[in-house]
Amino acid sequence: MPLILDHVSQVYNADTETPVRALDDVSLVLPEGQFIGIIGHTGSGKSTLVQHLNGLMLPTSGNVYYNGRDIADKDFNKKELRKHVGLVFQYPEHQLFETDVFADVCFGPKNMGLSKKEAELAAFDALRKVDFPNELYYASVFELSGGQKRRAAIAGVLAMKPDFLVLDEPTAGLDPVGRYEILDMVSALHKESGMTIILVSHSMEDVARYVERVIVMDRGKVAFDDTPREVFTHGEELEAMGLGIPESTRIARMLKAKGIGVDPDVLTVTEAADSIYAAVTGKDK
Amino acid sequence: MIRDITIGQYYQTDSPIHRLDPRVKLLGTLLFIITLFLYKNPAGYAAGAVFLLAVIKLSRVPLRFITKGLKGILIVLLLTVIINLFLTPGTALISFWKFTITYEGVGVALTMLFRLTMLIMGSSIVTLTTTPNNLTDGLEKGLRFLKIFRVPVGDVAMMMSIALRFIPILMEETDRIMKAQLARGADFESGNIVKKAKALVPVLVPLFVSAFRRAGDLAMAMEARCYRGGDGRTKMKPLIYKKRDAIAYIILFSFVIFSVWIGRWQVINDFFNSLYLRYIIK
Repeated sequence: MPLILDHVSQVYNADTETPVRALDDVSLVLPEGQFIGIIGHTGSGKSTLVQHLNGLMLPTSGNVYYNGRDIADKDFNKKELRKHVGLVFQYPEHQLFETDVFADVCFGPKNMGLSKKEAELAAFDALRKVDFPNELYYASVFELSGGQKRRAAIAGVLAMKPDFLVLDEPTAGLDPVGRYEILDMVSALHKESGMTIILVSHSMEDVARYVERVIVMDRGKVAFDDTPREVFTHGEELEAMGLGIPESTRIARMLKAKGIGVDPDVLTVTEAADSIYAAVTGKDK
Repeated sequence: MIRDITIGQYYQTDSPIHRLDPRVKLLGTLLFIITLFLYKNPAGYAAGAVFLLAVIKLSRVPLRFITKGLKGILIVLLLTVIINLFLTPGTALISFWKFTITYEGVGVALTMLFRLTMLIMGSSIVTLTTTPNNLTDGLEKGLRFLKIFRVPVGDVAMMMSIALRFIPILMEETDRIMKAQLARGADFESGNIVKKAKALVPVLVPLFVSAFRRAGDLAMAMEARCYRGGDGRTKMKPLIYKKRDAIAYIILFSFVIFSVWIGRWQVINDFFNSLYLRYIIK
């Protein structure tokens, strides 16, 4: 079931002298099965946007539809929506509260009305999906490393078996290794179970490698909505929004400008290396 | 949801009242509250009200922000008025069923109503026009004399300013954790009071953990900057009385003397008493 945002606006502090338009007339269709990246500078409205996807916030004007129904309707079951659209907040490990990891992961499915047994099965399944180490299932949350805590927290949302998984800056505060581990894991979730993933980030590098569609937010508006390759052709506009394009793309562009026959649309380091090799030696690798 | 709570809220604008030294405002509020209890006739309250309205006008804070503070004590206010109205002995004004409203009761009820309303409005002006940091600075300097009694004024002021600083941070944190748990299907609204209280565990545990973590971080940061207690610390912006503060003190003391004098003046007391007696005789 697709999520549809129809001319959604969100205004904070509407009754004061300085109203803030966090979202300004945003219209999007988010069909199932895609791997989508939402990029924007701090304050561009991306975190506000994702809170509209599961009804934590309701638009001040415009509508959000899930399964053809307006989520602002009085009789719309928001809990049901939150089961289908799982939202992992920034620093999700700060929400862990149970005595051990396993109990915490069970919290979501239990709220969904599953029996103890079903909830535990779902929790087990989710922990396995995030590659959480077996021997730590019953460890206290405080004994875990930063990356492990984050996995546990993501499992807590995954255990509800959502159709959409929305992750708000899932790599914030992690070292490069931990970052790619988390992103690889998310990517695997998308490939293996066909889950729709919406990845919110301010880092082009993170997003470029994985997603098939990039939505660029700028001052509450959707600036671009296209494939990464297409979006990154707007290098200057992106730079003006404080975003910039991936390093490898930038270097390829600079080489191209110097008259070297490099493909300017490369996204990753490997692609860039291959393209430069081909341009310099005149043959494919 | 949690953002609606506004304790000690500061209203940002530039006004003569905002620029005053916090000590002037603190002492002013204290004196204003004391005078409210010294008046013996309506003329005193009228003088107090005029002064209060003038200060509000000068502060450029919209009136609705100030009356917002009254909402919290509305029930207390109503109870005080009702109890005084019915339970003060004296000459009956209206009688119905088992209840009697007396002339004296009306007088006491009105007095209490004015006193409490003006008291709350007067004290909310201080918090609305002074930043929490400024307020603690003012308290620290104003209460320095307590050092003679070995009260660690500086440390207490530091604790107060840290506590105040953390209120918005923890509110935001609560909001975020609540949302995160809502996203996991938590339900804070339905069920009886026991169920609702239990539903708060997933919010309170992470909130406490985070408060301790922040406190630890802050302590470390303070030690790294060689904080070693309040004594001998200098300020980046020390509080120094300026000309406007002197003027404010003069206005303040003139108001206190004038309003107390008029509020207790025998001639006016007699005038209101005669009015009152005439109604009773009639």
